[in-house]
Amino acid sequence: TRTRDSLGERIESVIALTREVDEGALEELEMSLLASDLGVTTTTEIIDALRERAKRQQIRDGAELKELLKAQIKGILDDQQRPPHVVNSPPEVIMMVGVNGTGKTTTTGKLAAYFRAQGKSVLMCAADTFRAAAIEQLEVWGQRSGVEIIKTRQGGDPSAALFDALQAAKARSNDVLIVDTAGRLHTKNSLMAELDKMRRTTQRIVPDAPHEVLLVMDATTGQNGLQQARLFTESAGVTGIVLTKLDGTAKGGIVVAIARELELPVRFVGVGEKIEDLLPFDSAAFVDSLLGA
Amino acid sequence: MFENLSEKLQRAFKNLRGQGTISEENIGEALREIRVGLLEADVNLNVVKDLIEHIRAKAVGQEVMTALSPTEQVIKIVRDELIALLGKDTARFQFASKPPTVILMAGLQGSGKTTTSGKLAAWLQKGGHRPMLVSVDVYRPAAREQLKVVAKSIKANLYEGDTKGEVAGTPLVERLAKEARREAVISGCDTLIVDTAGRLHIDEDLMGEMESLKKLLSPQEILFIADSMTGQDAVKSADEFHKRLALTGIILTKMDGDARGGAALSIRHVTGQPVKFIGMGEKPDAFEPFHPDRIVSRILGMGDIMTLIEKA
Ligand SMILES: Nc1nc2c(ncn2[C@@H]2O[C@H](COP(=O)(O)OP(=O)(O)OP(=O)(O)O)[C@@H](O)[C@H]2O)c(=O)[nH]1
Ligand SMILES: Nc1nc2c(ncn2[C@@H]2O[C@H](COP(=O)(O)OP(=O)(O)OP(=O)(O)O)[C@@H](O)[C@H]2O)c(=O)[nH]1
Ligand SMILES: [Mg+2]
Ligand SMILES: [Mg+2]
Repeated sequence: TRTRDSLGERIESVIALTREVDEGALEELEMSLLASDLGVTTTTEIIDALRERAKRQQIRDGAELKELLKAQIKGILDDQQRPPHVVNSPPEVIMMVGVNGTGKTTTTGKLAAYFRAQGKSVLMCAADTFRAAAIEQLEVWGQRSGVEIIKTRQGGDPSAALFDALQAAKARSNDVLIVDTAGRLHTKNSLMAELDKMRRTTQRIVPDAPHEVLLVMDATTGQNGLQQARLFTESAGVTGIVLTKLDGTAKGGIVVAIARELELPVRFVGVGEKIEDLLPFDSAAFVDSLLGA
Repeated sequence: MFENLSEKLQRAFKNLRGQGTISEENIGEALREIRVGLLEADVNLNVVKDLIEHIRAKAVGQEVMTALSPTEQVIKIVRDELIALLGKDTARFQFASKPPTVILMAGLQGSGKTTTSGKLAAWLQKGGHRPMLVSVDVYRPAAREQLKVVAKSIKANLYEGDTKGEVAGTPLVERLAKEARREAVISGCDTLIVDTAGRLHIDEDLMGEMESLKKLLSPQEILFIADSMTGQDAVKSADEFHKRLALTGIILTKMDGDARGGAALSIRHVTGQPVKFIGMGEKPDAFEPFHPDRIVSRILGMGDIMTLIEKA
C-alpha cells in the first residue's frame, strides 16, 4: 500500500479529516513539505506564517488551507522572478554550471534547440574538457539541434575553448552562446576557481557577459542543494536555476528554500531526456505538482 | 553551516545535571533536536520517525552515567541505533562458482554508474581479477564512448560490440549483453561489469528492460548506484529498483562533497541491502569500502565526540 505517498494525497487526507483548521492539520502539512525536500527551516517558516494567517482569516476547511499554502509557496517563488534582461550587444552568453551529473550537457542541447525555435542563431561551447566523452556527448546534441559547437580536445584548457567560442560568436554575430561546463562539487576550491576564471574571460571579451549563469540542479537533490546554490553563486555568479528530472517522483522542493534564502529564480525545468523536454518555469504548475492541483 | 548536534543537545540537557535519570520530559527537547539534525542530513522522514521512537525507548529511564555527560550518553544511543540500521559487518562481494561473475549496475540518470563501473573494474584488477566491461546504454548520447574512454584509462578489457545501425531498444541491449558474456568467457575474464542506461524507477519500459537483463544474465551482484546528495525521494527510487530487481548492494557516489549522506540510511532501510562502497571523486581510484561508523559521524555532523563515546 502506497497510501499518502505523494504530497497531494497527504493533503487530500487532511482535507477529508479537517472540519476546522487545527494544529493536527498544520502538523500534517508540515510533514508533507518536509517530505518534498523543502527543509526544516523553510518548512517551519511557511507553516508558522500559515498558522498566523489561519488565525486571522478564519479558515473554514482544509481546502482553503491548501489554497493558502499554495499561494504562500507560489509567492516565495514569484518574488524572485525578474523580467528577461536586455542584451545590448549580442551574443547573449549563457553559462551552465552545477555538480556532477545533474543534466548540464543535456540542458545545453535542449536550450540550443529552444532558442533556435525562436529564430535565434545559436552557438554551443564544449567547455567540459575533463569528463570522458563529454565533448562527443555535446556533439550529438549539436547534430540533434542543428547547432554548431566550438570545442578543443579532451584534457585541454576549458578557458581556451571558451575564448575561441566567444570570438567565434562575436565574429558570426550569433544571438546566443551556450557554454557547457564540467560538473564539479562546490567544495572543490580549485575547480570553483576555474569557473571564476571562465567568467572573467567571458567578461573581458563580451562586456556585461555572462548574461545568465544557470545552476543546473537535479530535482532529487536534498538539503545539500542550498549549499550548492550558495557556493556556485559565490564563485560563478549564478543568476538562476534549471531544475531537471522533474519527470521522476521527486518534486524539487529545495528550490523553494533556495528562492527564500538566496533569492534565486527558477528559469527552466527539465522533464525528460528528449530534446523537447525543457519548459520555462511556471510557478503555478510547479506548486500544483508539489501540492496537488 | 549547521549547528553541531552535540551543541544543540547540550542546550537541551542544560537542566539535567543533578538528576539521576533521563526522563520523558527532559529528553523531549533533545529528541526534537535529533529529529531536525537527521532531517537536515536528508534521512527519510519515516525512517526518522522510527529512529526517534527507538531512541526514546532506549534513553528514557537510563541512569546518567558518570563517564559520559547526558548529551554524550544520548549521542551514543543515537549513534548505536544508526550503526545498527546501516549494518555493522563490512560488506563482501559475491563471486560465481563458475566464471564469469556478472555485476549489473543500476540506477537513476547521472548517479555515477559509468564512472563507478570503471572504479569497480580497477578495484577488481587490484585484487587479481580479470574484469571485462560492457556498456548496454544505447540511449544516452556518447554513453558507450564514455565507458570506452574509462576502460582505456585503467587498461581494462572492454567488449565494444557493434550496434550495426540497429535501433536503440531492448533487443539491441540484450544482444550486446549476451555477446559480452560470451566474449568474457572466451577471453578468460572472470568478471563482467554491465553498465546500463540511467532510468527512472517509474519508467515501465526501461524497468522492464532491467528485468529482462537480469533474467538473461543471472547476475551475482545487482548494485544500486545512488547519489549521496539525494533527498527524501531516495526511498521511492530505491524501493522500486529493489522490488523489480532484488538488489544485492548499494554504492553511494559523490561522497567527496559535503552532503551528509542521510540517503544511505533511507536506502538501506527500504532495501535491507548493505552499502558496499563509496565513490570519493571522479578518478578511477577514488573508491573506498563503506564504513558505517564514518558515515554516522558525518550524518550527525560530529567526529571528535565519537572517539570519546567509543571509549566509554
Ligand atoms: N529523466 C530525465 N533525465 C535527464 C533530464 N536531464 C538530463 N537527464 C539525464 O541525466 C543524465 C545526466 O545528464 P548530463 O546532461 O550528462 O549531465 P551533466 O550535468 O552534463 O553531467 P556531468 O557533465 O557529468 O557533470 C543523462 O542520462 C541525461 O539523459 C531530465 O530532465 N529528465
Ligand atoms: N565528485 C564525484 N563525481 C563523481 C563520482 N562518481 C561519479 N561522478 C561524476 O558524476 C557524473 C555522472 O557520472 P556518470 O558515471 O556519467 O553517471 P551515470 O550514472 O553513468 O549517468 P547516466 O549514464 O547518464 O545515467 C560525472 O561527471 C562523473 O565524473 C564521485 O564519487 N565523486
Ligand atoms: Mg556534462
Ligand atoms: Mg552512464
